[in-house]
Amino acid sequence: MVHEWALAEAIVEHVLKNRENNILEKIVLRIGLLQTIDLDILKFALEELFKLNNISVEKIEFIEEDISLKCRKCSYEWRIDINNLDEYIRESIHFIPETIYSFFKCPNCSSRDYDLKTGRGIYVEEIRWRKRS
Amino acid sequence: MKKYVGEKDPRISIVNKRLSTVNRIFIVMSPKGGVGKTVFSTIFSLILAEHGFKTGLLDLDFTNPSTHIVLGINPINYKPVEEKGLIPPNIYNLEYFTIAIYTGDKPLPLRGESVNNIFLELLTIVKWSNLDYLVIDTPPSIRDEHLDLLTFIGDKSELILITTPNPIAISSIGRLINLLKESSYKIKGLVENMSSGEYLKQYCIENGIEYLGSIPYDQFFDSKIGDVEKLRQSIIWNSIDEIVKKVTS
Repeated sequence: MVHEWALAEAIVEHVLKNRENNILEKIVLRIGLLQTIDLDILKFALEELFKLNNISVEKIEFIEEDISLKCRKCSYEWRIDINNLDEYIRESIHFIPETIYSFFKCPNCSSRDYDLKTGRGIYVEEIRWRKRS
Repeated sequence: MKKYVGEKDPRISIVNKRLSTVNRIFIVMSPKGGVGKTVFSTIFSLILAEHGFKTGLLDLDFTNPSTHIVLGINPINYKPVEEKGLIPPNIYNLEYFTIAIYTGDKPLPLRGESVNNIFLELLTIVKWSNLDYLVIDTPPSIRDEHLDLLTFIGDKSELILITTPNPIAISSIGRLINLLKESSYKIKGLVENMSSGEYLKQYCIENGIEYLGSIPYDQFFDSKIGDVEKLRQSIIWNSIDEIVKKVTS
């Protein structure tokens, strides 16, 4: 099982800390595309882990976020397509997204001092528990 | 508020659970560079493992990792196994993790938020086994890596401070001692490195911390870095062995 499981464990732990009952109507996760998370595997891991914690989850929704970068030196903004990268680089960024600073420079001025504006990480946007009637 | 400390970041919830498999955590710290943190952390870990303790070594210097140089390995050849997370590779009976596994010798310039992100990512995805000891080597200064360590795992860690008897280094370590004491972190003690005596014993008494020992200066030491067998035969190894006996007794 790949490392998406470890990320799912963190998400479930986060949900458990905010637990209101046993029925999770909806969880919305924002997923940065930089990390090339396999959403099917992540969803499977989440379902299994929720089950283990006696939580019934009705809907898992993903919002994918594009990668955008902005150079701090020359203000140039650009995007990258992570799928076209060498396997070694892809794997490094998959596990630790900030290794991008080892592999990419600003295409305009070659600076490595740039901001990863969007596209990094996993964030829990919404947790909606079934309201008791 | 930055994203990583926001309520939306699930990694914060798992950090302590991940390290629940570790019995004792030693964080090796010094605000001053060049006082021997990395050499000490690495040899200290190797000796713990030689004494039969299940030991992990985590290199937390993201921009300038160098424990692999002391170990004499090319880190990119030691990929972790993926098993519901990353299982650290085993090197000289150490569970070992460094970001250099992914970046090798490439530069990795990082601003603060990136450091925070790497810290949380590593502590989320790296799965240590049931360790007796996890030794964490830190970069110089008192900045993001140290603050994250103290904030997230400081309460379950023991801090080993290291300095040379140089007045500038002592001044730096004094600032760190004050910072740690203010928040009641557990200082395991102070190591005096590159020294021809035990000059800092009195300093430790005055500051109410344990003097863990002195490591002599070895003018030929540089030629031993990267060769664990040569390290094992050095006087530095023997001195650190005495410190290991003290902290594990």
